[in-house]
Amino acid sequence: MSRIPGGRAAKPPRAAWRAGTLAGAALLLLAVACRPSAPATTTVRFWAMGREGEVVAELVRDFERENPGIRVELQQIPWTAAHEKLLTAHVGHASPDVAQLGNTWIAEFVALRALEPLRPWITRSAEVKPWGFFPGIWATNVVAGEPYGVPWYVDTRLLFYRKDILARAGYPTMPTSWSEWHAAMRAIKALVGPDRFAIFLPLNEWTQPMILGLQCGSPLLADDGTRGAFAGPEFRRAFAFYVGLFREGLAPPVSNNDVANLYQEFERGYFSMYITGPWNLGEFQRRLPASMRDAWATAPLPGPEGESTGVSMAGGSSLVMFRTSRHQAAAWRLVEFLSRPAQQARFYRLCGDLPARHEAWQDPSLAGDANLRSFQRQLERVAPWPMVPEWEQIAIRLQEQAERAARGGAAPDSVLSDYDRDVDRMLEKRRWLAARRLNRRSGGSRGPG
Amino acid sequence: MSADPRGTHVTQTRAGWLFVSPALGLIGVFFVVPVVVGLLLSFTDFDIYALGDPSVARIVGVRNYAQIVSDREFWGALRNTLTFVLGGGPLSVLASLGAALLVNARLVRFKSVLRVALFSPVVTTLVAVAIVWRYLYHPHYGLIDFALRGLGLPAVDWLGDPHWAMPAIILFSVWKNFGYNMLIFVAGLQNIPEEQYEAARIDGAGGWARFRHITVPGLGPTFLLVGVLTMIGQFQLFAEPYVMTAGGPLRSTVSLILLMYEQGFRWWRLGYAAAIAFILLAIVLVATLVQMRLQRLERR
Repeated sequence: MSRIPGGRAAKPPRAAWRAGTLAGAALLLLAVACRPSAPATTTVRFWAMGREGEVVAELVRDFERENPGIRVELQQIPWTAAHEKLLTAHVGHASPDVAQLGNTWIAEFVALRALEPLRPWITRSAEVKPWGFFPGIWATNVVAGEPYGVPWYVDTRLLFYRKDILARAGYPTMPTSWSEWHAAMRAIKALVGPDRFAIFLPLNEWTQPMILGLQCGSPLLADDGTRGAFAGPEFRRAFAFYVGLFREGLAPPVSNNDVANLYQEFERGYFSMYITGPWNLGEFQRRLPASMRDAWATAPLPGPEGESTGVSMAGGSSLVMFRTSRHQAAAWRLVEFLSRPAQQARFYRLCGDLPARHEAWQDPSLAGDANLRSFQRQLERVAPWPMVPEWEQIAIRLQEQAERAARGGAAPDSVLSDYDRDVDRMLEKRRWLAARRLNRRSGGSRGPG
Repeated sequence: MSADPRGTHVTQTRAGWLFVSPALGLIGVFFVVPVVVGLLLSFTDFDIYALGDPSVARIVGVRNYAQIVSDREFWGALRNTLTFVLGGGPLSVLASLGAALLVNARLVRFKSVLRVALFSPVVTTLVAVAIVWRYLYHPHYGLIDFALRGLGLPAVDWLGDPHWAMPAIILFSVWKNFGYNMLIFVAGLQNIPEEQYEAARIDGAGGWARFRHITVPGLGPTFLLVGVLTMIGQFQLFAEPYVMTAGGPLRSTVSLILLMYEQGFRWWRLGYAAAIAFILLAIVLVATLVQMRLQRLERR
């Protein structure tokens, strides 16, 4: 029997801990063994995820050539295990010196006190300056005024659309305001008939309704991230628009699982618009037939009040240093190296991840492409998700609520009050912590906690 | 030596305790202490903030338990787990019994080869075979759908369809685990005296009658053991969905342990996760007691 009581469940974390301890012990041995022979070499442990972890090896080699005194021990971690691995490493005191971190995780690792505050490093640095990066992306690395990460590559969402169908519906270019966008979707729907749709908004993704909320100016969370703001007028407006697209039949009420092959469906016109991210640039080029090359394009998201409100999410990964690291100086050198515009452009050529630095976008490999230009324009208008550790957990819950409204026919406003109640419960600890801080400050007699 | 029997008794008792103390010490350190700590944890709100700064953990009494009971996710996970236990458990026991009868039958040749073949899934690494099974279940390239199409049946998106994902997990799990119970059943079968079968045959009992009236009652205690072990194991469903579906599609394969794992090690609500663990413990305890009572009633 594979599942002896109490055995299986605890296995992955325990195994990770054990692996961490073992790795720690091995490193210790290595450090002890190496000390007499090579005193000048510093070993920097660098964790990177998925595809990025594979291709960054090439950049790391050049870094080592440039810095003979530093050896980089690169560990590639699959995305699916990355979050757990980083957390268990932190708890088991086996964190790397520097790591790639999805920027939605930064708040969480700051709450854990795992990350090194970077202000002193940035002040001294000639390479890394806040104004060199897209402002919305930089903001995802700042918690309570203190920067904790340096943007490495960026991710956002915008429209991939069928130029040909949109033109046939009477729109030579993608509209920039919601009202025109809405009219364009209606025109497409009238053109393609009952079995096809204007836009595909997968019901198992929370990003699209959340982005619409950002566009309407909703803070998403209120009172310094201690309460949900989803029942507020801004988010209500966004959610009504979102649910309306399903009720009007402009979007099919289905999830990603129900669409067997996205690219085929896009090709045959099952939907004409899709809000997705940069990785699909390559996929659309590869998977659609050559005859379709001029039939699709990308465009920045329309905004409720026109182009300037066409905000999208600020995603991507950052490079962070760990508080416990004993090789921070060497680790920072690596961060600076990977932030250079030339390295960022090279990284784009290797894996298609979009650079976080403005300057890198002048590289010929990026500057000439119209579809990429939409991304560049969108990246000037991105906003971070609320910087609270509970964010992912909160956001996932929106899926369920959105499905209730879009598929089940529940009233949008009551769905949002339910959602706010759920969110408030998840944030109870933050309210307590805030109250506690306030008490301390006003009372002030007790010592530091 | 000593004429006082009471003195000897005391010395013996002391020696006895001395001998068992290493074992007790280990059990205490590695079993009792963690369980007690876990129980205490379940009455706190130990979470990600407390990992950063332990002083912000609060004692919240039974709030975790109250929240769990009012959480839709928990009931969904319980439903999925019960589906797995009630659907997969009996199936697993039947498969084991069938396999045991097969390898124990006198007509079958190469018994040891067969036994090894049937037992091999148990000793293979679950994660490795889960990946192989993911290929088998693949809607386009999978062998299973290939066979279904060959028979003129519609192909099934086993792991992508919320209605089929749990049956797929059950099937995989039965295949993975039946060998272990098969061994226990084989041992049980070999304990049934051959004379009983002979006597029955002389009395004119057919194959089915012999199975019904000799094999099944003879295996009574084995059934109890296998039933309880299987059920406890089934309640702990974790690795299969963790590797194959990550709880999807539409949360249809989230088991209680997977939920506990997510709460504990993804969201770092360790207090809440500990409370789920104790609720699961209570469920398993009750289910075991019920099962033992049922079997005792049946034997009377």
